[in-house]
Amino acid sequence: MNIPLDYETLRLIWWLLLTVLIAGFAVMDGFDLGVAGQLLIVARNDDQRRVAINSIGPVWDGNQVWFILGGGAVFAAFPLLYAAAFSGLYAAMFLVLLTFIVRPVCIDFRSKLADARWRATWDSILSIAGLLAALLFGVAIGNLFLGLPFHFTDELRLVYAGGFFGLLQPFALLCGLASVAMLLMHGASWLLLKTAGEVAERARWVLLVSAGLLVVLFALGGAWLAHLDGYTITSALNPSAPSNPLAKQVARVPGAWLSVYTLHPWTLLAPIVGFIGPLLACVWAWRRRGGLSFLCSALGVIGVIFTAAFSLFPFLLPSDLDPSASLTLWDASSSQRTLFIMLVAVVVFLPIVLLYTGWVFRVLRGKVTEAYVREHKQSLY
Amino acid sequence: MTELDPVLLSRIQFGLTALYHFLFVPLTLGLSFILAIMESVYVMTNRPIWRDMTRFWGKLFGINFAMGVATGITMEFQFGTNWAYYSQYVGDIFGVPLAIEGLMAFFLESTFVGLFFFGWNRLSKGQHLGVTWLVALGSNLSALWILIANGWMQNPVGAHFNYQTLRMEVTSISAVIFNPVAQAKFVHTVSAGYVVGSVFVLAISSYYLLRNRHLAFAKRSFAVAASFGLAAALSVVVLGDESGYEASLNQKMKVAAIEAEWQTTAPPASFTVFGIPDAKDQVTRYALRIPWLLGLIATRSLDTPVPGINNLVQVADGRIRDGIQAYRALIILRTHPEDAAARTQLQAHVDNLGYALLLRSAGVDPLTASDKDIQQAARSTVPPVGLLFWSFRVMVGLGFLFILMFAFAFYVSARQSFERHRKFLVLAAFSLPLPWIAAELGWIVAEVGRQPWVIDGVLPTQLGASSVSGGQVLGSLIGFLLFYSTLAVVDIYLMLRYARLGPDTYPAGGKSTQRAAITGDSP
Repeated sequence: MNIPLDYETLRLIWWLLLTVLIAGFAVMDGFDLGVAGQLLIVARNDDQRRVAINSIGPVWDGNQVWFILGGGAVFAAFPLLYAAAFSGLYAAMFLVLLTFIVRPVCIDFRSKLADARWRATWDSILSIAGLLAALLFGVAIGNLFLGLPFHFTDELRLVYAGGFFGLLQPFALLCGLASVAMLLMHGASWLLLKTAGEVAERARWVLLVSAGLLVVLFALGGAWLAHLDGYTITSALNPSAPSNPLAKQVARVPGAWLSVYTLHPWTLLAPIVGFIGPLLACVWAWRRRGGLSFLCSALGVIGVIFTAAFSLFPFLLPSDLDPSASLTLWDASSSQRTLFIMLVAVVVFLPIVLLYTGWVFRVLRGKVTEAYVREHKQSLY
Repeated sequence: MTELDPVLLSRIQFGLTALYHFLFVPLTLGLSFILAIMESVYVMTNRPIWRDMTRFWGKLFGINFAMGVATGITMEFQFGTNWAYYSQYVGDIFGVPLAIEGLMAFFLESTFVGLFFFGWNRLSKGQHLGVTWLVALGSNLSALWILIANGWMQNPVGAHFNYQTLRMEVTSISAVIFNPVAQAKFVHTVSAGYVVGSVFVLAISSYYLLRNRHLAFAKRSFAVAASFGLAAALSVVVLGDESGYEASLNQKMKVAAIEAEWQTTAPPASFTVFGIPDAKDQVTRYALRIPWLLGLIATRSLDTPVPGINNLVQVADGRIRDGIQAYRALIILRTHPEDAAARTQLQAHVDNLGYALLLRSAGVDPLTASDKDIQQAARSTVPPVGLLFWSFRVMVGLGFLFILMFAFAFYVSARQSFERHRKFLVLAAFSLPLPWIAAELGWIVAEVGRQPWVIDGVLPTQLGASSVSGGQVLGSLIGFLLFYSTLAVVDIYLMLRYARLGPDTYPAGGKSTQRAAITGDSP
């Protein structure tokens, strides 16, 4: 089989697709996590809890596949990144995993028994899991900018020299908080769209506060990034060479993470959307327009994710222990053939997925109210 | 403190979490089809009892499905966390079916499962039936891609070693997808899932019949389970035979170990029904043999020998010596990538490179390996014979038992003679755990039989692990044990509670208040 696309183009496409999948996860599953995170704040009695949970009840499962697909896509398209990130962040990954295992169980099990303590326990676990997942994702992204302590042996075996607590550095924690604020905002805009009454009213306040917080933290992060040591490739680069991360030289240069914005000014679009999205979400929330607020919140999420991706470009996982061992999209990818096969699969199946997901959301349109969940004690979550 | 072995702990963790995950998967596979069948009858006959059946079994399906999803994420994570070198060494091939599984199958079942529960009054009858079938299709397609990935670990076709990237890369994706081992595994595994689903429904229906509760409901469920189960139990045995035949072409050592065939015997080989394999003296004591049968199953001929364990160890010995040539060339290429002689040498011996790595997993440098090291490494290619021998026999025995059980259940159901066969109903109710035992043993035969390889002939398990500390793995393993045990208790409690309460707890036809609930909205 002749591969009709050259290696460099395929690698660029897959870097873009990876960013799209992460943004897709943040937009789709982000509101589920956000709703879970604010469950105890916006819903004060059992009916209200059920309103909030049933607003995500029929869709969280499909949304979560964005996360699983993201993992699968990294595995297939950037196996070195998959291996390095998952084994390097061993303890953090198991914490993330824990939050994802308990979520379906919480949602499905909590309403199966009427006991108040049973339900309160599952609700608390669900809420903590949502917040913890949001925090960990942000901390992980933050650590990408700082670099992780790993290197390779000469047979390309990865050795990681850090532990879990090394991840909790000030900049990474800032990113973690920004991520929590972002997903709370997104979850709140979903509740504003899908629920009514007290739950929606409280969600509206959560949205205003968290969106404001996100804007501040996002700006703070950008300012911090300007002073942080960024990474830059200093050796000649062959973007079509076989994937081997030991074939290049990398230097750490202060402010290098922002160089993309002077080099390609159009990339500024991402941070601009990252600022304007949350602000507009607030405006529409103030006017109680759930749909528009959700849309702007989603745009804001996409803007923030793309800002991170653009800033890191072309790095995927920098190493602060041995900068030249850093993984970039040019030297951590799969073979040309695999990238092409996977591209075909995505081009064929992703539109189908989007079509039927859209149909399912349309079928499920309308608000979940307290009266409605009271009527359907047996049948809803 | 003694040194903790991270590889051993990672293997224990992967094995336990996979077996745990596989408690939920087969039931999802089987029950989703049974739900689709029941709802099809509802749409065709328009009788509400069939809808109530779909919804009651659907509730149990939901509890199980949540656990399947939750424990499945663990599997995807662990390739990266605990088997990082494996992931980078074969991600170019192995990642593809996993990613396509997400795109093509997992999205389908997960998106529509929400509508299955919440779409009853938002969709027309036909639409809802379509959704149910899509859930069943999605979960079965999911199994297909996972088993394509697993089939490649057993029979790594369509790939080659690239010395520039030091990993395996795809040469032919169609060879990976149409891998005969993967296809045989797929049909065998989903049929096993259908058996699990059928026994589940049969056992709980029998329980209701014995208690004289929900009779109309139970008799119909019993009938569906009996007929679907009979077809599934027959195909699981037939297709399992196909799976065994494929294994005999490729994983000769696995077949020899399953049969505890120490020496190659004159064809056609006999099948050992019973015996006690003794790994030390390399004999099978108290063996009860059926002449010809193994030769027929494994080679489908009367004159092809089934190679024995000791002969295969000799073959491995030769392959290790050959693989050392490839390994030597690779070391040269690492520093002199342009060395043409080294490239030619690698090319000539690359098929046995994995065998040289067996020395590495024993801590021996292949370049300085002694004869004794090589002989030891060759002996390490024998998987645990006793475990495989017995797991296989219990699995097959249960497989035949299910055929008898479903055949009789079919008879009872057709004659509507439930009252006369209460003893059988007791038997059916108590057989509930059996298909799970068979399914787990099947997994053990497939995966333990692959050892010491993580990818047959390519990468030893020992080398596939991450460079994480034993303490870290012990921590996550203990976490899993505690967490999964808690979940298991809660899951079984809820399952039993809902099964025991029966369909009446659930707004089914009959009383007017319950009618109202249905016409509102409900799963």
